[in-house]
Amino acid sequence: MFTKVLVANRGEIACRIIQSCQSLGIKAVAIYSEADRDARHTQLADEAYEVGPARVFESYLNVDKILAVAKEAKVNAIHPGYGFLSENSDFATRCHEEGIVFIGPAPETITIMGDKVSARNHMKKAGVPVIPGSIEPITSAEEAVSFAKEQGYPVMLKAAAGGGGIGMEKAENEEELKKAFQSNQRRAMNYFSSGSLYIEKALESPRHIEVQIIGDRRGNVIHLGERDCSIQRRHQKVIEEAPALDLSEDLLTRLRKAAIQAAKSLQYENAGTLEFLVEDGEFYFLEMNTRLQVEHPVTEAITGIDIVREQLNVAAGGPLGIGQSQVQLRGHAIETRIYAEDPNTFFPSPGTIDVFNIPEDEFIRLDTGVQNGTEVTPHYDPLLAKLIVNGKSREETMEKLQKTLALCDIQGLKTNIPFLRAVTDHSDYIAGKITINFVNDHF
Amino acid sequence: MAKIEASMAGNLWKVLKQQGDTVEAGEEVAILESMKMEIPIEAETGGEIKAVMKAEGEFVDEGEALFEIE
Repeated sequence: MFTKVLVANRGEIACRIIQSCQSLGIKAVAIYSEADRDARHTQLADEAYEVGPARVFESYLNVDKILAVAKEAKVNAIHPGYGFLSENSDFATRCHEEGIVFIGPAPETITIMGDKVSARNHMKKAGVPVIPGSIEPITSAEEAVSFAKEQGYPVMLKAAAGGGGIGMEKAENEEELKKAFQSNQRRAMNYFSSGSLYIEKALESPRHIEVQIIGDRRGNVIHLGERDCSIQRRHQKVIEEAPALDLSEDLLTRLRKAAIQAAKSLQYENAGTLEFLVEDGEFYFLEMNTRLQVEHPVTEAITGIDIVREQLNVAAGGPLGIGQSQVQLRGHAIETRIYAEDPNTFFPSPGTIDVFNIPEDEFIRLDTGVQNGTEVTPHYDPLLAKLIVNGKSREETMEKLQKTLALCDIQGLKTNIPFLRAVTDHSDYIAGKITINFVNDHF
Repeated sequence: MAKIEASMAGNLWKVLKQQGDTVEAGEEVAILESMKMEIPIEAETGGEIKAVMKAEGEFVDEGEALFEIE
C-alpha cells in the first residue's frame, strides 16, 4: 500500500479523500490556491503546499507545479478526486512518466471515454445500447439540421469533450437547433478548448440511472448497484439516491451486465461509473465517468464499502477486497447537494458563511469542505456540502431527510436548501415519479 | 453616459463588443464565469459602446463597470 498520497483537489472531495487515506495510515498531502490558504482541506492534510493564485489554470490545473510538489513531498500516488485533472489523460501520463501512480484508470481509457463520440462508438462495439446519434462530430449547423430531419425532433446537442452539463442543449425545432449550435460551439470552445459537438435524438422523459463499477489490474470487475440521479437543474445533479426505484429485475440484470461488459471491454481498473438514460423499460449509454463521482456516498451507504479505500487498494496493485457475491445492497440512501446559489434562479451566490449548522445523527453523513467563516469565492464550483441520509426503506429515509433539511441553517450567502426542501416535500418526488424533467416541470 | 456593470463577481470570460459597436437593449455584450457557470451580461439600453473598461481574463467584482454606453 502507499505511504503518502497527494490529493490534487479541493473542497469536500479533498477532505473526504484525505480522511480515507489517514484511516489507512497513509499520509495525505494537500495542495491549495492562494484563495484556499485557510480552507478545511488544507488544514486536514498532514502536509499542504500552495500551488498558485486563485484561478484554476494557475493552481489546481497547474500540472507542472503539482508534479513538482508531488516530487518534493515524495508521494507514491496522486488522487485527482473529481473535476480538475481527474479525467485528463495527459496528466495521468505525466504522473506515470514521473513514477507516480495516478489513482484512476489507464490514460488510454480516459482518452476513449473523454471524447463522447469515441465513447459512444466504443460502447456500440462492446454491445451496449446507445441513443441514435451522430457517428462523427458535426461541424456545421446544417449538418445538425439534416440529422434532425432524418431522426425527428427533439434532439440534444452536446460538446464532445463536455461534462457537467456544460455545452448541452435540447432543441425542439430547426430554429432552436441553429441557435443552439452557435451558442454551444462557443461554450464548448470556452470550457473544453474544443468546439467539437455531436447530436443525439432526445428522449422524452427519461430517468438518469448509473451503475458504479470498480475493477482491479487482474481483470476483476464488480458493480456496486445503481443510483438514480434524475433530479437535476441546469443538467447538473442535485439529489441522488440508491438503490434506484422501480427497476424490473430483468432491466437491472441487463443494466449491470452492460456496465460490466463495458468496463471489461476497456480492461478498466479503478472506480468508474456507467451513466444511462432509462425510458420505457429500455436503457441507453450516456457516458462513462472514469473517476470517483460526487454522489458515491449513497452507494457507500447501502453497500458499506469505502470506495476511496478500494481505489487506493487497486491503484497500489492489490486485488479487489470484495467479490461480486459479497456485495449486498441494504436499505436506502439519499444525497442532497447543498450549493451556494439562489434557490429560485440557481444563479451562483458567493459570499462568507456566517452560520453553518447541519444536524448530526448516526443516520446522517455530511461531506463538506466549508465551516463557519469560510469565504466561498466565485473561482470554484458552488458545492458547499453533501448531506447524505440513510434508512431502512425509501419512506424512512425521506422522512429523516425532510426533518434534517428543515433544521439545516446556513447564513451569510444564499443556498439551495429551500429548493431541496421543496423538492423533497413534493408529492411526485415522494411518490417516486421522477425523471430528468422533474425540476423543469415543477419549478 | 451609462455603464454596463457586472451582475456578480467572476472572471470575465469573453468581451463580445468593442469600442464603437452599436448594441440593442438586451443584447449580450460579455460573458462572466462565476462558480463554473456562464453568466451573460446584457446591455440594459441600446446605444454605442464608448469604452471597454475590462479585459478578458480579468477578475471583476459585483457592480464593477465593464462598458460605458451612450
